[in-house]
Amino acid sequence: MSEGSWLLWGVLPYVVLAVFIGGTVWRYRYDRFGWTTRSSQLYESRLLRIASPVFHFGILVVIVGHVIGLLIPESWTRAAGLSDTAYHVVALGLGLVAGVCTLAGISLLIWRRRTVGPVFSATTRNDKLMYLVLVTAILAGLATTLLSGIGELTGRPQTDYRQTVSVWFRSIWVLRPDVEAMSAAATSFKVHVLTGLALFALFPFTRLVHAFSAPVGYLFRPYIVYRTRDTGTAAARRPVPRGW
Amino acid sequence: MAEQRRPVGRVMAQVAMVMNLDKCIGCHTCSVTCKQAWTNRTGVEYVWFNNVETRPGQGYPRRYEDQETWQGGWRRTRGGRLRLRSGGRLRKLATIFANPRLPSLQDYYEPWTYDYENLMTAPLGDDMPVAEPRSLITGRPTSITWSANWDDDLGGGPDLTASDPVVQRLGDRIKLDFERTFMFYLPRICEHCLNPSCVASCPSGAMYKRAEDGIVLVDQDRCRGWRMCVTGCPYKKVYFNHKTGKAEKCTLCYPRVEVGMPTVCSETCVGRLRYLGVVLYDVDRVGAAAAVPDPRDLYESQLDVLLDPADPEVRRAAARDGIPPHWIEAAVRSPVHQLISRFRVALPLHPEYRTMPMVWYIPPLSPVVDALGETGHDGEDVGNLFGAIDTLRIPVEYLAELFTAGDPEPVTAALRRLAAMRSHMRAVNLGEPPDPGIAESVGFDAEEIQRMYRLLAIAKYDERYVIPTAYGVDDADRGVIEEIGCSLDYDGGPGMSPVNHSAGLGEASGRTTPATVENFHALRVRQSSDRRGDLSGRVNLLNWDGNGRPRGLFPDRGDDSPKERS
Repeated sequence: MSEGSWLLWGVLPYVVLAVFIGGTVWRYRYDRFGWTTRSSQLYESRLLRIASPVFHFGILVVIVGHVIGLLIPESWTRAAGLSDTAYHVVALGLGLVAGVCTLAGISLLIWRRRTVGPVFSATTRNDKLMYLVLVTAILAGLATTLLSGIGELTGRPQTDYRQTVSVWFRSIWVLRPDVEAMSAAATSFKVHVLTGLALFALFPFTRLVHAFSAPVGYLFRPYIVYRTRDTGTAAARRPVPRGW
Repeated sequence: MAEQRRPVGRVMAQVAMVMNLDKCIGCHTCSVTCKQAWTNRTGVEYVWFNNVETRPGQGYPRRYEDQETWQGGWRRTRGGRLRLRSGGRLRKLATIFANPRLPSLQDYYEPWTYDYENLMTAPLGDDMPVAEPRSLITGRPTSITWSANWDDDLGGGPDLTASDPVVQRLGDRIKLDFERTFMFYLPRICEHCLNPSCVASCPSGAMYKRAEDGIVLVDQDRCRGWRMCVTGCPYKKVYFNHKTGKAEKCTLCYPRVEVGMPTVCSETCVGRLRYLGVVLYDVDRVGAAAAVPDPRDLYESQLDVLLDPADPEVRRAAARDGIPPHWIEAAVRSPVHQLISRFRVALPLHPEYRTMPMVWYIPPLSPVVDALGETGHDGEDVGNLFGAIDTLRIPVEYLAELFTAGDPEPVTAALRRLAAMRSHMRAVNLGEPPDPGIAESVGFDAEEIQRMYRLLAIAKYDERYVIPTAYGVDDADRGVIEEIGCSLDYDGGPGMSPVNHSAGLGEASGRTTPATVENFHALRVRQSSDRRGDLSGRVNLLNWDGNGRPRGLFPDRGDDSPKERS
């Protein structure tokens, strides 16, 4: 096991985790005003109304797929009576559909962003970097899905991610990173994991933070919100200045 | 026997407005001063918290009253419950990635400026250089096709009037009488509704109604830009700031109202047609009142929610619910309460949206008087006026579509009271004994008519605006506005550093540093530095000391710039 592997799979995840959590906390404390979707629907609605839902619903399925694939060990699905082949067929099939939707959605969104004048002029450098990393991560993820699928079909399966990536992922959270497991994964998985880590490191500093604001609470709150002036104004929230 | 009285539920106070449309001359002073005060920033160039529409006309944004398209406000289900017209909670979340009912910028108008630089830099030629329009959205040349008041004064014109949703609802009836056309102005701000559908539409819970004064606001720190409020508001008075990605709306100038001053639009109204005051209402009754089956009953049910502050039982309940005594007294003296509930001349705008709007309008008698005058009749004779109100169907029916969900009766009643006041006062001014029958015919006595006349025609500042200072604000602070620009200079706040903390999270992230704060830091640096021209922060025209060429203050000196003369 090389030092490089240790740095990549033993140290880097914790650095990213620290940046991700610390960055989010910092952003929330400092920049609540900048915490928004910064929607461009006012400029252009026709393309957005197709592309945005396709992308967002696609990526929601992708996220659910990742959670299942990374968190649930093989022994559990086997115990539930699901054969590995059946699991792989379902996972690859759903993953492919969701991944293609996500990619198609974001491609249309980026094309719109580039070609519709007002949307393009509202695009910051930060956005461009975020799109680059996001698309790379999606492409790398789709590549792993495709390569796994081809491997299954040709009878020369790749190393199973459930025995490598997932094991490593779970080991991170108990603070004993299983570097060997991750080192044994196929190169395509390594690329996907690295771009994924880059995305997480970038996440708190981009408009992606709006994902944390998914308004689930809306389902449970009363329609009309009343607030009193005292807690609502900046004057009341303002910390009392320290004396000289 | 007095009728069985309902117990008074939870009492809340609302700062409400009445506008006397007869006095509006359509000068747009309110709009301009409001824009200068609140929306003269990038991202809200197209936004007018206050706008003045010519009616009949399409309004701003265009055809905003067409709720079949925009789906604003509430609707009553068959079971008698209120639902947001654009769909319930699940529907809202399902369409959160692309709001299907969001007006586009073109429905408002694409804001523009002019290329004034061309006037100075155009080469010498035969033609006069012109300042061509430039879109404020793209910065590119644009052709101006619409604006906030493009159809100003064009009411009654067949092209634009035909696309007025109210005219369309009236259908063929209005076409028959097109020759007898009429026109009036409708100034609009946020209605600060008792049952606000924008608040109900906000997925983040960032919009709220202030418990003390009923002002509906957007918490800029909690808004996440989901844009559902824009759809939810049937008056289209919540706007999306396309630079900050947050919703913004009329604030009823709360920093002024809190210290007992009228809003900017009211203060600067040259026609003195706006009234501001407190009304007390029973919040427990709002839901049921907004859900009455027949939309034509909404005006009455809305009146029914309002409480009489002179009633001892109401006063006891108000005190019980924490409303301070000076607010209850202000409610008694409230011109708004008098115009709405006592004289019953003010009507709500589009009660059929079921939001219980709190900006009320006194319908204009002028179209009727004008029509009479044109036919050679005496426009101030009460008999003529009463007859005209009844026979001039179209203005009344049009007004009824605006103010009473189509019921002409309350509009006619309000117009008759105004007509009676006009006749009565003419007699008084001419030194004739006024006919007591005139006042009686509208249910008033002479004294009552005089009082209404004083409020509507004399309209003294202190009688138009009866605004108590906010809870906790001493009456001695009346008129003292804390400077908003300096609310950032708390310890460690963005205002305390000379650098603007935008940190590259998008152009709208962080907080912009107000010029006053920049100047403060520039002055401090200058006073404590050893050399001249040491400024490190952003230099603006106000704090530049004339030394050096600070970055960004002047255009770059390219090679093609004219050589300095020797």
